[in-house]
Amino acid sequence: MRNPQLNSNGELTHLLSIEGLPRAVITHILDTASSFLKVSHRDVKKVPLLRGKSVFNVFFENSTRTRTTFEIAAKRLSADVINLDVTRSSTAKGETLLDTVDNLVAMHADMFVVRHAASGAPHLIAGHLRRLGRNDVHVVNAGDGQHAHPTQGLLDMYTIRHYKKDFADLTVAIVGDILHSRVARSDIHALTTLGAAEVRAVGPQTLLPTAIEKMGVRVCHDLLAGIRDCDVVIMLRLQNERMNGALLPSAREYFSCYGLTPAMLALAKPDAIVMHPGPMNRGVEIDSDVADGPQAVILPQVTFGIAVRMAVMGILAGN
Amino acid sequence: MTAKPAIDLPNAEAQCAQLAELIRPRLQPDTMLVGIHSGGAWVAGRLRELLGLGNEIGLIDVSFYRDDYGERGLHARVKPSSIPFDVEGRPLILVDDVLYTGRTTRAALNELFDYGRPASIQLAVLADRGRRQLPICADFCPWQVDLDPSQELVLSEEADGQLQWSLAEHA
Repeated sequence: MRNPQLNSNGELTHLLSIEGLPRAVITHILDTASSFLKVSHRDVKKVPLLRGKSVFNVFFENSTRTRTTFEIAAKRLSADVINLDVTRSSTAKGETLLDTVDNLVAMHADMFVVRHAASGAPHLIAGHLRRLGRNDVHVVNAGDGQHAHPTQGLLDMYTIRHYKKDFADLTVAIVGDILHSRVARSDIHALTTLGAAEVRAVGPQTLLPTAIEKMGVRVCHDLLAGIRDCDVVIMLRLQNERMNGALLPSAREYFSCYGLTPAMLALAKPDAIVMHPGPMNRGVEIDSDVADGPQAVILPQVTFGIAVRMAVMGILAGN
Repeated sequence: MTAKPAIDLPNAEAQCAQLAELIRPRLQPDTMLVGIHSGGAWVAGRLRELLGLGNEIGLIDVSFYRDDYGERGLHARVKPSSIPFDVEGRPLILVDDVLYTGRTTRAALNELFDYGRPASIQLAVLADRGRRQLPICADFCPWQVDLDPSQELVLSEEADGQLQWSLAEHA
């Protein structure tokens, strides 16, 4: 079967998941993002690439931060951005997902940025557009269920490449609630595609998906072993809102076992960087001294995220 | 395939020296050079040396300003633009290797104005191959040449660091 993200010329037309993306496509996005990074430093923080295009942010699940970063990125490309809070309108009135999409296509949407609690929703929309013959309308997955968050994965790769230059010798530890994390899945796919030497999934058994080793990661249930000598630490938030059942004794006990403190971070390489996709919970997965410390690159991640989303939208809209 | 008239391609390094001599009398103390990636960037680098300019040169990649994005998309590797000086109120010389339709120059002008309002912008190119599609002309140019639209005039930097012209044929 053809990769649903690529058009008949093999060009990226939707960004649904990092899984299955050729390395060259990922590298092209990261290279393009570095050019867009400079745009945000200028007097006029805008380029005319998507002038006259309409980008619809369709969020079936709330996320002010992600929606805002996509909105800023689209506006810096000169697109018109329409934010739809569909949870409170159409869907609440009983409209189906594809009916909502058809209505927006009738309004001449050029791109959908989709966030949905159900894994696979952006794939469904992309498939629907293909059946309609609308190859000129593009879909960006802004997070679907527990499946993927490809732009976060890409901005994490941009951040790692920015500080570490090359992936070949890197050991990366992803720590925390991997079970509920679409970011972790996107990061793992990206890191293995880009050739990171070792990726570790670190967390309690209850927060690691079964058979995660099949994704090419080393599983560690002990933070000490998981973090030792690594170059990059990616901390994840405990997604309490997605937890049903007793997965953890308490936030305090979690912090004592898996919280990243300066003492724990000292086990990593001295020049290791600490990343977090945000929003972070200080005192739950990360200590304030680490979050505000010299090794944290959490705020640069946010800045890079704008440039990476500009690159994704710029590349998709041209294909 | 029809035979194209053979032309002798001039020495690009010698042309850079000619271009520098054309520019020299019109140079102001605060003139800044801005080269368009990639060919224009090499030429701007040569001009900086030949004219003895101490200042850094600006480099721009016009990919985000092109008018054919709708047809061509964003494929080629985009290099970051870097203008390491304030363009506001400065006389600028925009440098490119080849002037043809004028569309690249148009894109470059638009991009430059997003950095500020320069006092003036002049255009310096190594080759002018005519057939303009926009009202743009070069202020400094050592070589006028008429080529068939199926031919592409390409400047490249050889392994020995020398700039060299070549002709490529489009299908």
